[in-house]
Formats: sequence, structure tokens, C-alpha cells
Amino acid sequence: MELATTYLGLPLKNPVMTGASPLADQLDTVRRLEDAGAAALVMRSLFEEQITNEQIAEFAHTENAAESFSEATSYFPRMEDYAFGPDRYLEQISRVKEAVDIPVIGSLNGVSLGGWTDYARLIEQAGADALELNVYYIATDLDEPGLAVAGRTFDILQAVKASVTIPIAVKLSPFFSSPGHFAQTLCSMGASGVILFNRFYQPDIDIEELEASHRLDLSDSSELRLRLRWAAILHGRLKADIAVSGGVHTVEDVIKAIMCGANAVQVVSCLLKYGPSHMASLITGLRHWLEDHEYESVDQLRGSMSLLHCPDPTVFERANYLRMLQLWKV
Amino acid sequence: MGTLDANEAVASVAYRMNELFAIYPITPSSAMAEFADEWSAAGKTNLWGAVPSVVEMQSEGGAAGALHGALLAGSLSASFTASQGLLLMIPNMYKIAGELLPFCLHVTARALATHALSIFGEHSDVMACRQTGFAMLAGGSVQEAQDTAVISQMVTLRSRVPFLHFFDGFRTSHEVAKIALLSDDDLRSLLDEDSIQANRARALTPDQPVIRGTAQNPDSFFQTREAGNLFYQKLPGLVKEAMAAFAARTGRAYKPFDYEGAPDADRVIVIMGSGGEAVAETVAWLNQNGAKTGVVKVRLYRPFSVEDFAAVLPTSVRSIAVLDRTKEPGALGEPLYLDVAAALRQADTAGWMKDTHTIRLIGGRYGLGSKEFTPAMVKAVFDELAKPSPKPVFTVGINDDVTGLSLPFDPEFEVVPPGMKQAVFFGLGSDGTVGANKNSIKIIGEGTDNFAQGYFVYDSKKSGAMTVSHLRFGPTPIRATYLIRKAEFVACHRFDLLHQCNVLDYVKPGGIFLLNSPGDPHEAWVQLPLEIQQQIILKKLDFYAIDASTVARDCGMAGRINTIMQTCYFAISGVLEKDEAINAIKYAIKKTYGKRGDAVVQRNNEAVDRTLENLVKIDYPAAPNSTVQLRPIVPANAPDFVQRVTAMMLGGKGDLLPVSAFPIDGVWPTGTTQWEKRNIAEEIPVWEMDICIQCNKCSNVCPHAAIRPKVYATACLTGAPPSFKSTEFKAREYPGMLYTLQVAPEDCTGCQLCVQVCPAKDKSNPSRKALNMAPQLPLRESERDNFAFFLKLPDPDRAMLRDDVKTTQFMRPLFEFSGACAGCGETPYVKLLTQLFGDRLLIANATGCSSIYGGNLPTTPYTTDDCGRGPAWANSLFEDNAEFGLGFRVSLDQSKNFAEVLLRGQAGLLGDDLVTAISGADQTTEAGIQAQRERVVALREALTGQTTREARTLCQIADYLVNKSVWIVGGDGWAYDIGFGGLDHVIASGKNVNILVLDTEVYSNTGGQQSKSTPMGAVAKFSMAGKALPKKDLGLIATTYGSVYVARIALGAKDAHAVSVFREAESYAGPSLIIAYSHCVAHGYSLSQGLEQQKRAVACGYWPLFRFDPRRTDRGENPMKLDSAAPKGALTDFTRNETRFQMLERINPQRSAMLQEMAAASVKQRFEHYQQMASTQESTTSETPTPNA
Repeated sequence: MELATTYLGLPLKNPVMTGASPLADQLDTVRRLEDAGAAALVMRSLFEEQITNEQIAEFAHTENAAESFSEATSYFPRMEDYAFGPDRYLEQISRVKEAVDIPVIGSLNGVSLGGWTDYARLIEQAGADALELNVYYIATDLDEPGLAVAGRTFDILQAVKASVTIPIAVKLSPFFSSPGHFAQTLCSMGASGVILFNRFYQPDIDIEELEASHRLDLSDSSELRLRLRWAAILHGRLKADIAVSGGVHTVEDVIKAIMCGANAVQVVSCLLKYGPSHMASLITGLRHWLEDHEYESVDQLRGSMSLLHCPDPTVFERANYLRMLQLWKV
Repeated sequence: MGTLDANEAVASVAYRMNELFAIYPITPSSAMAEFADEWSAAGKTNLWGAVPSVVEMQSEGGAAGALHGALLAGSLSASFTASQGLLLMIPNMYKIAGELLPFCLHVTARALATHALSIFGEHSDVMACRQTGFAMLAGGSVQEAQDTAVISQMVTLRSRVPFLHFFDGFRTSHEVAKIALLSDDDLRSLLDEDSIQANRARALTPDQPVIRGTAQNPDSFFQTREAGNLFYQKLPGLVKEAMAAFAARTGRAYKPFDYEGAPDADRVIVIMGSGGEAVAETVAWLNQNGAKTGVVKVRLYRPFSVEDFAAVLPTSVRSIAVLDRTKEPGALGEPLYLDVAAALRQADTAGWMKDTHTIRLIGGRYGLGSKEFTPAMVKAVFDELAKPSPKPVFTVGINDDVTGLSLPFDPEFEVVPPGMKQAVFFGLGSDGTVGANKNSIKIIGEGTDNFAQGYFVYDSKKSGAMTVSHLRFGPTPIRATYLIRKAEFVACHRFDLLHQCNVLDYVKPGGIFLLNSPGDPHEAWVQLPLEIQQQIILKKLDFYAIDASTVARDCGMAGRINTIMQTCYFAISGVLEKDEAINAIKYAIKKTYGKRGDAVVQRNNEAVDRTLENLVKIDYPAAPNSTVQLRPIVPANAPDFVQRVTAMMLGGKGDLLPVSAFPIDGVWPTGTTQWEKRNIAEEIPVWEMDICIQCNKCSNVCPHAAIRPKVYATACLTGAPPSFKSTEFKAREYPGMLYTLQVAPEDCTGCQLCVQVCPAKDKSNPSRKALNMAPQLPLRESERDNFAFFLKLPDPDRAMLRDDVKTTQFMRPLFEFSGACAGCGETPYVKLLTQLFGDRLLIANATGCSSIYGGNLPTTPYTTDDCGRGPAWANSLFEDNAEFGLGFRVSLDQSKNFAEVLLRGQAGLLGDDLVTAISGADQTTEAGIQAQRERVVALREALTGQTTREARTLCQIADYLVNKSVWIVGGDGWAYDIGFGGLDHVIASGKNVNILVLDTEVYSNTGGQQSKSTPMGAVAKFSMAGKALPKKDLGLIATTYGSVYVARIALGAKDAHAVSVFREAESYAGPSLIIAYSHCVAHGYSLSQGLEQQKRAVACGYWPLFRFDPRRTDRGENPMKLDSAAPKGALTDFTRNETRFQMLERINPQRSAMLQEMAAASVKQRFEHYQQMASTQESTTSETPTPNA
């Protein structure tokens, strides 16, 4: 059974890879994932805020108290003469690259143009085979029009594209008025792939403390369907690869995503839940399913249920919504 | 050429010429040790390709011991110190000299603590070493400090005589100047390799065993003491040889004594250190104007070479003034004066000079504690020398109206070389003014042919501190070792500073004035106080304004206006072409902040780019038109002493106060911070009484006692200002009473801790709390009136108050408005201490942050209650504080015992009931203390009219019958390191003292050097690579005695626990030790988050709370109570928020990860150990402890 495929021009031995997560933080885990069959690894996201705000904060915290008092003109050692070790993130890319043979993809997450995008070049220099760009933006300003929000991603992509030669994939938000057009524009600007979709971690409310609280929930398979719809709509119509990320937990989920047009799927939550060995069960399950259903390759499977090829394309469109409402009985 | 200060210049050459450093931080020498440590951590090599070892010791005494050992073992070793640190080295200095061990000790000469501590420059410390056998060589400028450091090293190697190389603290150590640097090749060529080999060959080694440090008897000691004489006799010659070699290599010539001035001078000043530069500059001016004067600059002070001294002194000299920067009370004269007197006599005897008895010799003191020493003062000395009967002993630079020793001088007299430009900048510490000016000096020094000099004066406060930068540059070397008095350019970087000091006094007529003015700069004129407008008009100044704060905020650099104001300076002054200046500024930004990250550089660059479009030259009218006037320095109702003395010091005019204005013995009034209204907070908390739950946590955590609650009767509201807020007090035991939470608007520092801790939220709008920050300016006047009214409300009866957090806050804080950092983690503990026991409290305070915010003049924060009682506070030294406090205790006990003896002796007069009641009084409660005070009143009344000595003595000491509470307070540098031996002895004494360790886990006051309290993985000075070992567990060590009450507390994590621990500790009749977690600016995060960080520290098990109470042992219980729950979450939940830990992540991520992992294991292990201790008989508890248990 031919499971091999390509994603962003990178040959993958199968379509299942890890998504951006802490899974690549430990070399031991990385090796176990490769052994379990992972086709590629996406590093944890490096956030614009990590790069920019932390620099500014550290500057403020070390400089503001300095040169104020004659006995203590500073409170921290001078760094001028110290040869800094490599950036931990970049070093981790290099170490992961050394540890495994599968492609390693860096991940940058930010919302505005700035010096942080220079990290794309450093990530490339550290050995990353590709770069995932995640523009996780919450448009809270009521005066900011949708076009401007989309424009942020375009600007960042162009800035990053100008500084690297490795392929770039953009992780999309589902909350665009026209995700298809948005994705197409990104492709025209040089994106080699899109990832469907970012998971927006929603805050919860602490009713005792009257605070909005941070909460991280792992995904489940119900989140997959939104991704399936848009993979199906985009497949074959976009000059870029598609990765489905968010809600891929089972072998069936993998199959559905590829059927809707995914070149690859990214899994995180199920690995965090069940461990790296779950990767092996997904790939083995995929192989068995394909064999059982007499497919020759994943390529044969890909896009079979997309808008272009689906027996009933209206299921992905408004008609489906209409039908579902009408079928609902109280 | 390079532009740097003397500390860096000296450290650089010392580092390259040595193999080993044993160090300890002390101002103003700390920077040299820091440089050595940082270079060592960075792998920088010395001349021989090896990375020198740097070891931090527990004190200078320890450093000297380590150095002695290292020298004997054969390493080229050096160190840096000053003042008290140098004194601690003296015993080993005798040893090192007696054993003829080549060694250089680089000293930033500093005052010794006498009636007060002074961190500033003078020669008392080095003069106290003149008898040790060390050679002493002085440098008078940054250039000379570097050069004499090398010459010292050259000669010590050749002569075997150790060198004390010194230069003036601050004036030279901290002056930034353009100097000629010395390359590695220079140094290599100057050092004698044979001497180095010979030194190595003398090393103490079992391969060639000898014995050193023997004990000698009367038959041999004296002779042996004389056996080394030849080494000292040869030394001046070797110094001259080294100086000649140095001159041949560098072109800079020195002599043991350098003479400058007229070859036929009749009047000469002999002086040592930086003052020599001011004298030389004045001599040149005087001689150009017809005088015949000269100066002998003493470089080699020990051994004092009479022959060389005689050789430089013109034969024409008729009168000599010897100036000493030290004071030796009771001596015939100060040391240099006596040396010169003896030298003249010996020179005569030896035939090197003739008729020296005809030379008039006078001696004077100058510049003590960095008192200014200016050409005006030099001229006064020469004028005195010209008199037929000059004062034989005098002072200069002050007005001594008590003993009349001082020489008058003309303060307007100045000596400014042609072409010299001068600029003065008034800024805030936090706005980066000094940093930018240091860069400006480098830009001018290295970007032009000009010589450049920068000197920086700091405030005595740690929050909202004012800085004054003095910048000079010009075509000739700058010898002005004093502050600028009149500059061409004056900038004021914060508008409110106009009210604090007379900024425009520093600008010359026709000069330039640049002001950072809030709002539209075109409106700057109308905002100016009338007096400022008058001076601008009178002096015909060019007046520029910019709203730099807004520009900085718009660039994402709120508060950092330094590069903006720096750009303005270059643009207006025209020192460099505009584009050249901007490029230079940006280059400096990149160089200074490059390692902070691109974002920092970019935002600074953006600020530079946006400056000029916002800079405005202001046209102003011919007559002043302001409706605003300068605020008085202190209010009119301040006490007389505050009006006469304190206000002058606050206004920057302390130099003008005569000797008679000051206390004679260092005794100063307390409670004077209340008169210094600093108005440093841009925002202050505003109380929403409808939301407030009256928990008083805000007051509990306020570092400056600037927010206070009070409960009072309704009738007290009469006469309240209209905006005074008052609401029903929510407590059943106080029916009908009212409650107010009041902010001291002009004393608040705006740290936000009160808002952060406030638990009460508006149910409809939880972003609104019971306290919310609001701009101070619109509230200033109304809240000032409200606070004044609030203070007049009666305090509640202390005896009626419970011991919980809420009610303790109704006790008046007797520590208020200190100069501690905004958000300080230490001062809430100190404040609580004064609330609980302030009326009977003696504090022995170790030198450090707490002694600075507690006792640094002009104003002091400890104050009194309505009865006039309050904390009695004193600081002895850094190293002896536990012993110092123990002295309080034994003295109090002795006085009490004596009083009781006398009391019993008066039983016939007083009656047994009163005597028994006093002797057996229960004073463990507030009510008990009050009752005892009443008995003492009765006792005195009963003794009235008695004339016996016993009765009169009892009357005098009767107050000792009321218990006093002795607290020994200090930081971790004292308790864990330098004072540990004493602390250990004191807790082992069994005496009733209470020790409060304000644990910031670092030497905070001297700028963040690691102590043994510094946690594993934290970056600190002297621990740049991250501390490799866990912090010392002082608490655990103290528990091993079994007789010491020990507790670890964190106010931000569990305030009720902290309050109870203070009560328990005080009530314990033996020694108590409280280790209090204190967040600090040296941890590197916004201190508004300090309380949250304390919670995290406790939650993750990093800072377990416990109480070890020996009284429980007596009851057959386990003395150990673990008061915090089992750790939740990871250590990184705590460490990731602090720069001290995160910095290592940037410097060395792998080591950071390794240390964090080890630290987590260590924290876990320690907690488990505590658990085990606590569970021996009883299980862990986490309930709030019962006070007075």
C-alpha cells in the first residue's frame, strides 16, 4: 500500500504528521514519534509576543531600575561581553533535525509586522524544512474592517516570504467571510499550503472570582467537520497543499480528511491523550482500511469526497443547512 | 582612546594582569568586581591566555583570607574594595605585607562610617591602612587610575611589597572620561616575566615544603620584623623605574611626587587623589594671572620617599598647605600633613633641602564624604597661604561657624578652559537619562577629537529618584574634578523637578534650556511656574520644549524618554552634524541594547526618528505671566529643624548649611519624611467605598504607608473636607462607627500593590475594584486636604484591637513614606513591625537597603505616635548587626534589673502593692503594656519630691520597667553571608531578641550581587552563569538549636500567617528568627505583580511557610508546623515570570534547563524534609495559626 504523499513539496512517507505543539520539545518524544511513523513534525509555535514583548519587558525590568541610585547603578550583570548561547527554540530545531530523518517544520505565530518576522530566516538557518505561519488574531477593534484583518496575514506572509526560501504554509482561521478567496490570495502570494484550521482557545468565566480564565481543552472529533467542509471546498481549486488540523483523532478522521482533499493531517490532542504510540495505530489503521477497501494509495483516496467529486456537493453548501433545519422535529 | 569610568579601566588592566580574584561587593568598588566576574564568566582570558578565577566571599575579611591563601599558593591575585571592606581586610594586609607577597588591592577611597555612614569619597579608609606595610599609590583621574594600577602591578611583582592602589570613590571611580587605553601588548611589555616566575617559585607547595605563619618569641620577632627593611628602601627606586618604563611605552610620565606650577613658586599645595587635578587647574589659572603657585601631587604615599619629595619641591617655596581628605580627631594634624612636616625636617637633616624651618606649613581638611572641592576652594587655600598669619589648621569647602576653622571662598570663582562646553541634565532614574548621557559622552569622546567627561549625581531615594548628569567636553584634557556650576545647556527631563530644585541656577545667561513638558509643547510657557519664567527672561535663554513622554509612549517605550532627550541635545547643541548625531545615537542604541533584542533597538530608533518633528523652540514674552508658583520645599507647619535644615538639604542647598546647623553626634529627629511631599506617582489609588469590603489588605501591603484605614465615631466627622469619604464600619463589635480608607496622595509612589491585592469587585463591572488607579494631579489638592483631616482623626485604643490582618491595620504605622523602591517587598514587613510594637521598639539595622530607606538623610521614615513614642533605630555596620542588637538587649535587661532592684528598695515608700504589681506585671498584651505604663506614671508620682540618689535614679530609669522589644533587622547579604557568624552566635545566646531577615535573595542595595540566599538557576552579579547551588536554608540551620523560634513568611502569600508569626516571635522569651520573602527590583519584573509572585513561590513549594516554636516542645508537641500546603504546579510557574531566571534562558538555555530541573528536585526534597520534620508527632497543618500560641 502506497501511503507516501507530498506536503509543501516535501515527500512524506504517509499523510499523518504532528501539529504545532509541545510534542517536539523533548528529543525522546520526537524519536518515539518518528518510530511510531510520524511523517513530519511541526515545532511548537514561537510567538511574536515571546520575541517582541519579552524583549521589551526584560528591557524595562532590567533598565528602569538602573541608573537611579548611586550604590546600584544596575541590578543585573552586563551582557555586552557574554557570548550568548543559541536561541533555545532555534537550537531545538537543530537538535530535532539531527535526531530524526523526517521533515521538521518551524512555526511562527504573530499578528503584526515587525522584527519578529526575522525569526523566519533564523528558523530556516536552523535547519527547518518548511515554515508554518499562524496569524492568530482576534479582531476586537470594532473599527477594524475585515479587509484589514485579512491584510495583516498578507503583509506578514509577504515579509516572511521575502526572507526565506523554504516553503511556507499558513494556518487559517475559519472566521473569514470568504475563507476560500482568502486562501487563494495567500497562494497567489507564495504560500505553498494552508492548514485548516487554527483552534481558537476560548476563555472561560470564573463565576466566583469574576474573572475570565484561561482554559485549554483538547480537541475531539466533532471539531473535524468544519475542517472537512473547507477542505472539500478548496480541494483541487487551490494551487497549494491542504493540511487538516484540529479534531483528527481516529483512523476514520484521517480517512475523512484525506477524502475531502487533505494532503496531510496534523494530530496533537490524541497524541497528548494517548501518547506517541497512537501515531502508529493511526497509520496502521489507515493502511488496513485502504487495504480492506482495495485502494492502491492515499492519492487515490484524496479529494474523493471534495466539492468537485462528491456525489452530493450540496451537502457542503447552504442547501444542507436548509435541509437539516427542515428535518428537525420538535 | 576609550571612554569609560575608572572602575572599568582599572578592572580591565587588573583582570588581564592577574590569575585570581577574591571579591565582595562594596560601594563604590563593586563595579570592578562585577566586571571581573562577568569577563570570567564570558571566558575572557588574561595576558597568559587563561581565564582568571573569580570567587565571591562572605565578606571582605573572607576575601582577604582567601587572597592571602591564594598568594601563598602562588597565584597572581588581586581584589577590589573600599571603606569598611578595606578595614575588614586590615588583619590580612599585615600578614600579606609581612610575608612579602606581591599583590595589588585596588581601592575606591571612601569615607568610613563614624557619626553616620557615607558611601562617598575621601581617604579615611586608605589612611587607616598606612601602617600595614602595603605600598600605597594614588591615581587622581580616570587616566591616572588606570596607569597607576599597572605601575602598582609592575612594582609589586618586582619588589614583593604588596600595593594598595587607590583612587577617589565616585569622583574618579564613577567619572566617565576619554582616556588612552592600554593594550595587551602594552601590559605584556611592562610586566617583568622573571618576577612572575620568581613569585611562582616561592609558592607554598609540598613539592618544596616550607612553613609560614609561625609564632615567634621575644628572641626573634623584632629582628625578623626589621629583616624586610631593604625591600621598602628599594621600593621608591623601583617605582621610579617602573614609571620610567611606563612613560617610555605610553608617553605618560609619572613620578612618586609630581609637581606642577611655577618653577619659582612661593606657595605650594600638597595633595593626593582627584583633588590634585582641581588644584593643578587652578594653579595654571592663578599663574597666568601673575601668581607663583604650584602643586605637589602625591602618588607614592607609602613608602614616603623624602628624597623624591624634596626633589620636586621648588627651592623658592615659602609656604605649603597640605590638604588631607580625611579627619583624625585629636591628632596634631592629618596624616599627609604630618608626613610632610616630618619630610621637611628629614630633608633638611639629610641635606636635600635647606632651611625648611623657614617654610610655613599649614594643614587643612577638604572634600570629606565627597564634599565638592572646587577651584574657588583651592584659591581660598592659596589666599590663606599668602596671609602673614594663616590658620595653621583649617578646613575648606564648608562654613565652620563653630570652631571657625573653615576658609571663606568665593562660590562664583570658576576656572573654565577655553573651548570647554558644559551641559547639565536633570532626569529621573527610571527614564534612562544617565544611560543616554553615558552614551552621549562616548559619542562625543569617540566620534570627535574632543576630550569628554561625564559625572552623575544620584538622589538618596530609591523610588522617583532624581539624577543630575554633568557633561563636559573640549579640545584639551578635562581636569575639572568637581560639578558643573554654570552650563551652556541645561535640560530638565521631568517637569515636576522644576519644583524640587533650582534647575535654572545651573544655566549661564544666554544659554539653552530644554524641557520635557507634558502636553502640547507650544503651551509649555504657560505651564511654567512664575519663578522659572522670570529666570528664563532674565537670563535670556533659548527655550526648547518637547512632550517626550508622549513620543516615548507612542513608540512603545513608555517612561523611557532618554534617547528622545538625547537627540534633542545633539540637535540643539550642534555638537555634531544632525545626521551624524542621529547615526551615532542609533549606533550607541544598537551597541547598548543590541543584546536585549531587535524590538528594543527598533523602538528606541523609532523614538529617535520621531523626536525632531516634536521639538519646539518657544518664543516667550518679555514679562512673566504665569499664575503658578513654585511649591515650597516643606509646608509652613513643619518643625523648626525641618524648616532650617531639612528643607535646605531637600532643596539641594545642604552645602550652604554651616556646621552649627547639624547635630554633633549623628542624632537626628525621626518622622521627617512626612514633610517631604515628593508627588512622584502619576496615578494613585482611588477608594470606592460602595465596593470596599473593609478587609484592609491594601493597607497591609502598602510599602510606603500611603493608604490607611481608620475607624472612628460619627462625631469626629465634624469639619471634614467636602470630598472626604466615609462609610459605615462593617463590624458588629463597632456599631455606629464610621470607616475611611485614605490615600496619602503626595506620598504614594503609584506601585499598584494595593489595587492588585484588593479582592472587592463591582458585581456589574468587575474591572472596577474597590481601589482603582487614577491620575494624581487632578486629585492632589483635594486628597491632600482629606489626608490631613484623616490624620487628625483619633487612633483606636490599641488594647481593644485584635491581632488579625484587618485590625492590625488600624494601628498607626510608625514607618512611613520611606525612599524605598515603588512596590518594595521589604517595607510592608517593617511597617507591620512598627504597627505591632512600634511604641516599644528598638531596631538594630544592618547596613543595606533597609538602612538606606530607613536612615538615609535628608528625611527619615520612622516616626512617633501621639504620645511621642516610636521606634528607636540605629545602624552600626553591615557585619555586626546581630551583635549590635544583642547589645541593646543586654543593656535593656541590665537597666530593667537595676530598676527592679531600686524599686524593691523603695518598697517602704511605694507600698508593696505597687512594687509587686510592677515587678510581676503581665506585659504580654497591649493592655498589659498600657497598664504597666500607668503604673510607672504612678511610681513617678509617688517618687516626686524624693531626693535620695536611689529615688532619683529610679525616676530616671523607670521606663525600663515597661518591656521593650528588640528587633534586629537586615537583608540576606547580612544574615546569610557577612553577618552570619554573629547571627549564629546571637541566636545561640538564648537572649530575647527578634531577628527579621528581609530576604530578597540578593545583595539589593549594592546592585544585585548573589548571596548565599540566591536561588539555584538565578542570574545575579557574581553569578552570571546562573547560581549552581541551592540557596542556604537559614531557617533549617536555626532550628537545629531547638531553642530558637524560627519562621518563614510571605506576606503576599498568606498575610494572616505573617501577622501571627510577628506576634509569636515577639512573645517568645528567647531568640526568634523570621525569614520574610521580599520581592525586589533585582528579580526583574513589575513589582505590581510582587504579591502574585509570592503566592506562586509558596504554591509551588519554593518558599514553604513554617513555624518552629520551641514552646511546643515544652508542651510535648512537635515544634515544627508546616503552614503551606503541599506544592501545586511546577517551579517554573514561579520562575518563568522573573528576569533573574529567564536571563539564563537567553544566555545559556541548556544550563538554564539543567539548573531548573535540579532546582525543582531540590525544592521538592526540601519540602519533603520539612514535611518529615513536621509529621514526626503531628501531621501537616495549613490552618491559620493562633497568635500568642
